[in-house]
Order: sequence, then structure tokens, then C-alpha cells
Amino acid sequence: MSDISHLADHPDTANAELGLKVTNAGVLSLVQDSGRFGAFNLGLTNGGPADLQAFYWANRLCGNELNTSVIEVNIGGLGLTVQLDCVIAVTGAPMPLSINDKAIPLWCSIAVKAGDNISFGFSSQGVRCYLAIAGGFVIKESFGSTATVCRESVGGLHGGKLIVDDVLPCKPLVSIENLPKRLMLAEHEQPKYSNEVVLHTVLGYQKKHFPAVEKRMLFSSEYQVSKHWDRMGYRLQGRPIKADIEGILSEGISYGAVQIPADGQPIVLLNDRQTIGGYPKIGSVISQDCGKLSQLRQGDKVRFEPISISQADNMFHLNLSRFNQTKLTVCD
Amino acid sequence: MSIKINEHIRLEVAGENALMLYFSDHEQGHGNRQGKETAVVNENISSNVQQATQMIQKHLSADIIDLIPSYASILVMFNLLEIDHHHLRNKLKKLLVDCGSQLNKQGRLLELPVYYSIESGQDLPRIAEKSKLSIEQVISLHQAQEYSVYAIGFAPGFAYLGEVDECIAMPRLSTPRLKVPKGAVAIADRQTAVYPAQSPGGWNIIGLCPVDMFSPKADMPMTVEVGDKVKFVAIERHEFLELGGILPKADKG
Repeated sequence: MSDISHLADHPDTANAELGLKVTNAGVLSLVQDSGRFGAFNLGLTNGGPADLQAFYWANRLCGNELNTSVIEVNIGGLGLTVQLDCVIAVTGAPMPLSINDKAIPLWCSIAVKAGDNISFGFSSQGVRCYLAIAGGFVIKESFGSTATVCRESVGGLHGGKLIVDDVLPCKPLVSIENLPKRLMLAEHEQPKYSNEVVLHTVLGYQKKHFPAVEKRMLFSSEYQVSKHWDRMGYRLQGRPIKADIEGILSEGISYGAVQIPADGQPIVLLNDRQTIGGYPKIGSVISQDCGKLSQLRQGDKVRFEPISISQADNMFHLNLSRFNQTKLTVCD
Repeated sequence: MSIKINEHIRLEVAGENALMLYFSDHEQGHGNRQGKETAVVNENISSNVQQATQMIQKHLSADIIDLIPSYASILVMFNLLEIDHHHLRNKLKKLLVDCGSQLNKQGRLLELPVYYSIESGQDLPRIAEKSKLSIEQVISLHQAQEYSVYAIGFAPGFAYLGEVDECIAMPRLSTPRLKVPKGAVAIADRQTAVYPAQSPGGWNIIGLCPVDMFSPKADMPMTVEVGDKVKFVAIERHEFLELGGILPKADKG
């Protein structure tokens, strides 16, 4: 039986569904599924996991559908109490993870029991981790998704980041036999998180408004992540790039769009970007590199490299088939 | 890799899984265009954008993840697991080749009440001063127009309306305010809008609207949609309060 004695003095939660209870909110911990699509007509952005690859792996390790809701732990500090026996997996940036003060490796599934305490330290390399639970969290969708976008107050449990005493309900395991096998992703298959990333970029949008010499400059310079980096976008610092126009009629912005404002410092727009905007854009970074970018922080370095849309298409499908073909290893 | 679909629709690459359709008014093409397209806002273009949006939604929904129509463009994001950019390009070309040849207007006309006053619209004096009009004239010019909803974006429920009379056009504040109240009716250049929620913003505030522009829990979360027409109608302070409007607390500065 689950130990729920610690719930006794919370009449509100006594009858509520059980799951993981937040004991420490951490810096920024968010419920995310793969994102909110089809709500652009309301001005709602996508949200979704900043590092899609790590998100997918967390769900695969738990035997879930890839789109199952998880917790995105940004920077760290999250603490949770387990209210019922379940299986979890954490993937992403190498963040210290412990269960009842015992260090636990990432990239593998692990059974936890009611009463266990899960706690995250702070990452020194990379920014974001994903905690998935077998069977998934049971969270009501808003506009077709559970993805939390704080700026819009949409998604998650209450439209914002996780706070102390939030309970993320999950489905109970029916019996011990039904426990998924312990799985892990072999170390050589795990993504490596570095301080330097190459951003493969498809030229587009207002590319003809950037003279050839400006394009060459963009693709031959190194940029640093400035202090303005978040789930909305990464503002970079380096050699300024000039367009021959200052603004454009406001238009839709895709994931990864490279926006060049008047000061010439590129901004790569990510999951929580505004849906339309009026700054010139030179093109878009491919999705797999956006995920890598989202694991960088201030001072880390990027380079842009131009690729054609056909090459981008090839890279997408190569990456996908690699993901599908990579097998998880069964532990013990 | 720019492709001309017809004389007023051009297709560009936007990203790995995104194509952009740019719309122009061919009438403009014969004028004094000097190799560069100028940004144009007009109802013809807007109506073509809506027509194309509807056609794409109807015929290509299986391939599309999302569509973002704006003043003179549609961003088409597609599902790379279903289709590649070559095929989508061809489909769009086939689908839209005749788009723009007939006009279809079917938007609704909505009236939005506004409490115009210095109390609720702190930038009225500045606009009056710049336009050399009285505050009353600024208010009546803002009501004189039927505005088109050109785009929705920036924030949930934020509708870009155009165009306001040239006399009361006003550039954005050089330093945006940290707090613009919910319901603020504001002007930026020749655009006007109602802020759906309190947010930072650089538009010039001329009044407050008591109608909720975005109600996430409702069946129809938005009061207006692209293609609708909006007319603003002045109401008194007490009417504003009766309709559920809330005056922001008087902030100094």
C-alpha cells in the first residue's frame, strides 16, 4: 500500500489522485508534451520540450507513446515526493539526480516507491532534463496540449511553472508483473552536451535583403550566447549582420527562425517564441540543432553553417531513422 | 528558391518544415516599384490571404501542422513525416494558382465598446498635440473607421486592426511600458488593437474596452477572427463599469 500519511493534513489533496508531489519547485520546472499545434489562429505559440530528442528518449525509456507529458527541469533544483509506486526515467543534460539521497544515473528507467524522494541538483553542463513516468502524467489538455507556456498562462496544471505542493497525478501500476523492464540507453548512444554547437541553417524569409558579404560574415563568425537566453529564444553576440531593410510587415515566425534586429545581433527563436513579428529573418536553424542550442547558456559558443532545404530534409530523416533504429538495452 | 505561383503570390523557403507564401497586389506592380517590394497593407491582399488560408485548411490539412496568416503572408508549417517540401510546393502551386481572382468577403462586423478618456487613455493628449486636433476629434476619428482584422498574434487573442486615419497615426513609444492594462485600446502607426491581457507594450493608449478579447475556457476563445470587421463605439464611464470593465489603479508616472 502506498504511504499517504504525509497527505493527512492536506484535506484538499486527500481525495485527489496520487502521483508526484512537488516539494521543491526548482528554478523552472514545466509540464511539457510535444507541443501545441494548430492554435496559431488564437495567437498561441507551440511550447513543447526545448530538447525534443531528450524528451523522446525519456518517454521511450518508460515505454510511453512519444508524445506523453513529462516534466522539463530547467537548470535544476526540483524536488518531488513519490505518492505511489511507479517507474520513471530522466534524460537530458547531466544534472545530479538522487533518490532518497542516493545518486542515480540518467538515461535509464528506474522503479520508485511511495514515499521516495526524488531530487535534482544543478547542472554544470547543459540546461534541461526530462523526467518521464511510465503511463504518463494525467493532465488535462488546454487547446490540444499540456505544454506549459508561462508567458501565455496556458498548459500544465495551472498555466504556470510547477510550485510547491503541486501534485502531478499518474496512473497506478496495476501489479508488480506489469512493471516495465528496466531499460537504459547505452552510453555511446547518449547525446553529448558541449559548450559549442554548430547551427545548420536553411536560408529563407528575407534572405535576399542580406547582401552576400553579410551572409558570409554570419557563416564565418563565431557567436556567443548572451545573457538573454530562454525558452522563447537565444540572443547571440558577435559580429553584427546588417539587412538592407529595417523592418517588415509582421509575419509568421517558424521554430528556429534567425531574426536580425537593428543592432545586427542574431536571435534564434525557439519553442515559446511570439507567433508573428516584424524583424527581418535570414533563415531558420534546423530542429535538431535548435534542441542542442537550447542546452547552451550564457558564454557558450555557436557557429552558423548554411545548408539547403533538401540537405535539411535528409538530416531530419537520417536523425529520425537513427533514433528509431537505436535499441534500448535491458538492465540486469 | 523563390517561386511565383501567380501574379500576386510568391513562395519562399522559411525553414526545414516551413514555407512562406507572400501576397502582393498586382496593381501595385505596375506603379513606381523600384526593384524592391514595399510592404503593403490593404483589404484586397488581406482577402486573398484569407481565401488561400481557407483553401489550404480545406485541402491540405493532412500535411499541415500549422498555418500563420498575417497581413500579406501565410507561414505554412508542414509535417515532415507526411510530405517533403517539393511535394508541398507543387500542391500549393496547383491549389493556389487561381487564388486572388475572385473576391470573397464574409467576415462579420463586430462593435466593441470603448471608454475613451484621459483617465482610461493616457496617451490621448499626446496624440491630440501631435495631430493638432482636439481630444474629442481624435476620439471621433478612431470611431469613424471600420477596421479589418488583419492578423492575430504577439500574444493570445491580440488582433491587429487596420488602418487608423493617417491624422491619428502615432509611432510606438520609444521605451515600451512595463504594464499596459487589460482592455487597453491602443494605436501604433496605422494599426490599432485591444490588449487582451495586461502585458508590457509600446502602443499609445486611448481608452479601455470592457469586452474580454480572449477567454481560454470558452468554446469560442476569441471575440474576433481574421477577416472580421471591427467598429469602436464610445461608451460612458458608468457603462464601462456596468459592462464589467475595471479601471486600472492610478499609477504615478
